Amino acid sequence: MTNILEVNDLAVSFTTFAGDVQAVRGVSFDLHKGEILAIVGETGSGKSVTTKAIMGLLANNAKIKSGTIKFAGQDLLKATPKEMAQINGNDIAEIIQDPMTSLDPTMTIGKQVSEPLRIHKEMSRKQAMVRTKEVLELVGIQNASARMKDYPHQFSGGQRQRIVIAMALVNNPKILIADEPTTALDVTIQAQILKLMKELQKRIDTSIIFITHDLGVVAGMADRVAVMYAGKIVEIGLVDEIFYDPKHPYTWGLINSMPTLDTKSHRLAAIAGTPPDLLDPPKGDAFAPRNPYALKIDCQQEPPFFAVTATHAAATWLLHPNAPQVTPPPEILRRQQFYQKHFATKVQQLDPFSAAK
Amino acid sequence: MAEREQILQVKNLKQYFNVGKPDEVKAVDDISFAIYQGETFGLVGESGSGKTTVGRSIIHLYEPTAGKILFHGQDISQLKSAATRLQFRQQMQMIFQDPYASLNPRMKVKDIIAEGIDVHHLATSNQDRDDRVAHLLEVVGLNPDHATRYPYEFSGGQRQRIGIARALAVEPEFIIADEPISALDVSIQAQVVNLLQDLQAQHELTYLFIAHDLSMVKYISDRIGVIHYGRLMEIAPADEIYANPLHPYTKSLLSAVPVPDPEYERKRQAIAYDATLYEGDDKKRQLVEVVPGHFIRASADELPTYQQQAMHYQVV
Repeated sequence: MTNILEVNDLAVSFTTFAGDVQAVRGVSFDLHKGEILAIVGETGSGKSVTTKAIMGLLANNAKIKSGTIKFAGQDLLKATPKEMAQINGNDIAEIIQDPMTSLDPTMTIGKQVSEPLRIHKEMSRKQAMVRTKEVLELVGIQNASARMKDYPHQFSGGQRQRIVIAMALVNNPKILIADEPTTALDVTIQAQILKLMKELQKRIDTSIIFITHDLGVVAGMADRVAVMYAGKIVEIGLVDEIFYDPKHPYTWGLINSMPTLDTKSHRLAAIAGTPPDLLDPPKGDAFAPRNPYALKIDCQQEPPFFAVTATHAAATWLLHPNAPQVTPPPEILRRQQFYQKHFATKVQQLDPFSAAK
Repeated sequence: MAEREQILQVKNLKQYFNVGKPDEVKAVDDISFAIYQGETFGLVGESGSGKTTVGRSIIHLYEPTAGKILFHGQDISQLKSAATRLQFRQQMQMIFQDPYASLNPRMKVKDIIAEGIDVHHLATSNQDRDDRVAHLLEVVGLNPDHATRYPYEFSGGQRQRIGIARALAVEPEFIIADEPISALDVSIQAQVVNLLQDLQAQHELTYLFIAHDLSMVKYISDRIGVIHYGRLMEIAPADEIYANPLHPYTKSLLSAVPVPDPEYERKRQAIAYDATLYEGDDKKRQLVEVVPGHFIRASADELPTYQQQAMHYQVV
């Protein structure tokens, strides 16, 4: 599988009056060609900052502490603003979260969607309008040639999100960054938009980084999932591995705290406490204070990544050969049993790593 | 069920805005339902469905265009004297959606929480006021030492706890929770929901829980009402509505909910709902009890189909 983007040891801090906020603390991942990689995490876990760093759109008080972001043989962190301007909106495009505020209310839709074409492809107005109409039809705007002359307020929320997607797609980007693209939408509209994104992704063969905190959406969209906590990736793997065979206690907690359709009588298993202050991140595993399975070493030394399969790794000391055996919550056990039954052999066949073991 | 008191009855409530003008909005259009003492009634709908308007009408922030809202059998529009209104405001409280916008940034936490205590003269002395605030903070899982802080010093989940403490301060019987968890992170949502349930058990509270997050509504509610374009489509016990939805809109809504289970997601088929098939003609539709406790909005000629479906469910 070819990597289209390689993020290595990325660390970003923000300088504030209170001190340096260490928003991203050493994140590494690859984005494969043609896949949807979901990044999940709570507010402040660093998922948006990571993608902003990829696009070179960090705020002025941000400092890149370390790392490289390799795209097409180039380190995007070393690219000049001019070079980044060439890449953004062309090779890498973003679908922005809030469709209500991300469109310019004083510009027609046609003009806004065609802007990237005029800038990057230097198309004539006429050529650009032809392509714009094509893209608007692709995302399901009815009667596109007439509606191109309309302004954003004449469209509903779902339609606006389609337009924002059209804007991102218009130059056939190699990487699409979707930052909570459906959070502001109703469930029925969300279902339509997600279906559309999946279809388009297959059709134009782009890779998507999908940022969300909704595990339900992740389960339906992602090929692979990275779980972030306190500025770090704590677990990464194929979608089935993350949902049916999670290894990190934080991932357990996330899955466990959601009501399932048959949860009723018992209490929700909330993760106690709150995420750490990244002005002064705790020593060791940042999740340890909230982790009922924390070991003594979690408070002293940060866990490295332990490989579970060739595609699945988690940063928890519980995977260390000398770690005590713990019993995960019942819901996780149920999922792991399901995984053993249906997926384990399949993954092992695909996976030279665990076969060798 | 019959012996339980209906704490709240909404009868043919209509709430229109800009009445008589070209941009008249029928936000709530002829809704009737009742909430029993001690239960949690979930009101589910998409944005613009009128669910928040229902909540605001019930707490009498709006004067109803038509219809009645009876609280303990008394019409809330007819509360004429200041004393009875004050009493009503004490019995019914609201928890708001956005914990960032619903707390005055220039007030200390203790003054935010004690505002209702002051209005209703519940505290006998300053010491009593401080004790009550400290107790409330403990009840919602915050540190009593936080009383002198300002809202900006708290996270979203903590702010929502402050909002809950404020609602509890006047010892209400009935709380309207308007999307109380939708602005919170997943791990924090579960904390707040657990807190709401504990408080309900301890203080014998009745909740109207307004939300669009269906899985959470099902978890917290005893009964659920589904609202669409200002009309109630279906009312049933929470388990029943999930297991045996009858109205096509409810089915469509349920089919759109993403579930954190990849295998399930691969098989999930979203069902589209075409409102023109079920509304908009001249047929008279109203909520009908198809099976005991399960109401559905239907016209006379649609009813047999639903009854058949309901029978089929019961056999299975």
